[in-house]
Amino acid sequence: MAGSKAKDVLLDPVFKNNPIALQVLGICSALAVTTKLDTSLTMCVAVIFVVAFSNLAVSLIRNYIPSSVRIIVQMTIIASLVILVDQVLKAYAFDVSKQMSVFVGLIITNCIVMGRAEGFAMKNTPMVSFLDGIGNGLGYSFILLTVGFFRELFGSGKLLGMQVMPDAYPNNGLMLLAPSAFFLIGIIIWVIRTFRPEQIEEA
Amino acid sequence: MSEHLSIIVKSIFIENLALSFFLGMCTFLAVSKNVKTALGLGVAVIAIQAITVPANNLIYQYLLKEGALSWAGVSDSNLEFLGLISYIGVIAAMVQILEMTLDKYFPPLYNALGIFLPLITVNCAILGGSLFMVEREYTFIQSVEFGVGSGIGWAMAIAALAGIREKLKYSDVPHGLRGLGITFIIVGLMAMAFMAFGGIQL
Repeated sequence: MAGSKAKDVLLDPVFKNNPIALQVLGICSALAVTTKLDTSLTMCVAVIFVVAFSNLAVSLIRNYIPSSVRIIVQMTIIASLVILVDQVLKAYAFDVSKQMSVFVGLIITNCIVMGRAEGFAMKNTPMVSFLDGIGNGLGYSFILLTVGFFRELFGSGKLLGMQVMPDAYPNNGLMLLAPSAFFLIGIIIWVIRTFRPEQIEEA
Repeated sequence: MSEHLSIIVKSIFIENLALSFFLGMCTFLAVSKNVKTALGLGVAVIAIQAITVPANNLIYQYLLKEGALSWAGVSDSNLEFLGLISYIGVIAAMVQILEMTLDKYFPPLYNALGIFLPLITVNCAILGGSLFMVEREYTFIQSVEFGVGSGIGWAMAIAALAGIREKLKYSDVPHGLRGLGITFIIVGLMAMAFMAFGGIQL
């Protein structure tokens, strides 16, 4: 029982309850860093780290936080973790951190992190919250990597900086610009909902 | 004069926070179902953006930047790593102060903006604005212009999206695409339309 619950908590957010596709959380940063696969990858690792540990930390002290100041407490925990990530990136992957410019900092306001801290970690035990954080991070990464994969492949004919398309392939510049990210996420949502009709909204 | 104007025009149209940097998307998509609430949120964002970007500019210039503490007699300080936490603190505090001020002196406006104000704290457009201000090394005057301009740009984008979504009720969208899916595609098309401003040289 305990084992299967942990598995559900970990894997549900990937397809069934995807934070981006269903809960509309954390889209801001999802789009801007996906022009290349390696920045998407860095972003994913950073977000998984921050969500998992902020969930853990919030959950550990959840019984001691007065509810009137909980937002600011959560914000402080998240901001400290993001500063950690930012400093590590600046020290060990300076080029990538330059390319991602302000978007590392924007993990703070990534609604996934706040949303999970407020919605899940405040009510659950540390271990489960930690897994929930990883799960939501993975769900976010799934969308981010898919978008990043297609944008880099069709936009510049490369994957992780290596040429994969034949030389004759004319690069599709639109894929590197903002609108294509929206189209791709729209289509991903369409695909997910075709397989999971229960997610369709009555508009 | 023209350089000041160019920052404003640039931040409203060419480098629109919502449509070319994807900032504030969460609220952008969630609160754009009708024009009236969208406008309310837009006004709140303009107000907060116009206050927080210059405020953070002062904090950056006089507290955090390398050697910024020289006015206090400390010449070799560099507190830039505290940037993120100070900006978000300022934003949260400003939102809270604005909320209390409005509640006390302008109750009708407070009631109209009510639920949106707290939401703005976690709106990436606000923090993003401050971070861009730092990255581009704006002076205080420029940061005021950038704050106002980027706020107006964001407000305009959300009002436009809400207008389109209101009309969308009458269209026959494929089932799987209803709601969120089609909204994304509309925003994509809007972003494409806004790219037309990209050619303007200022």
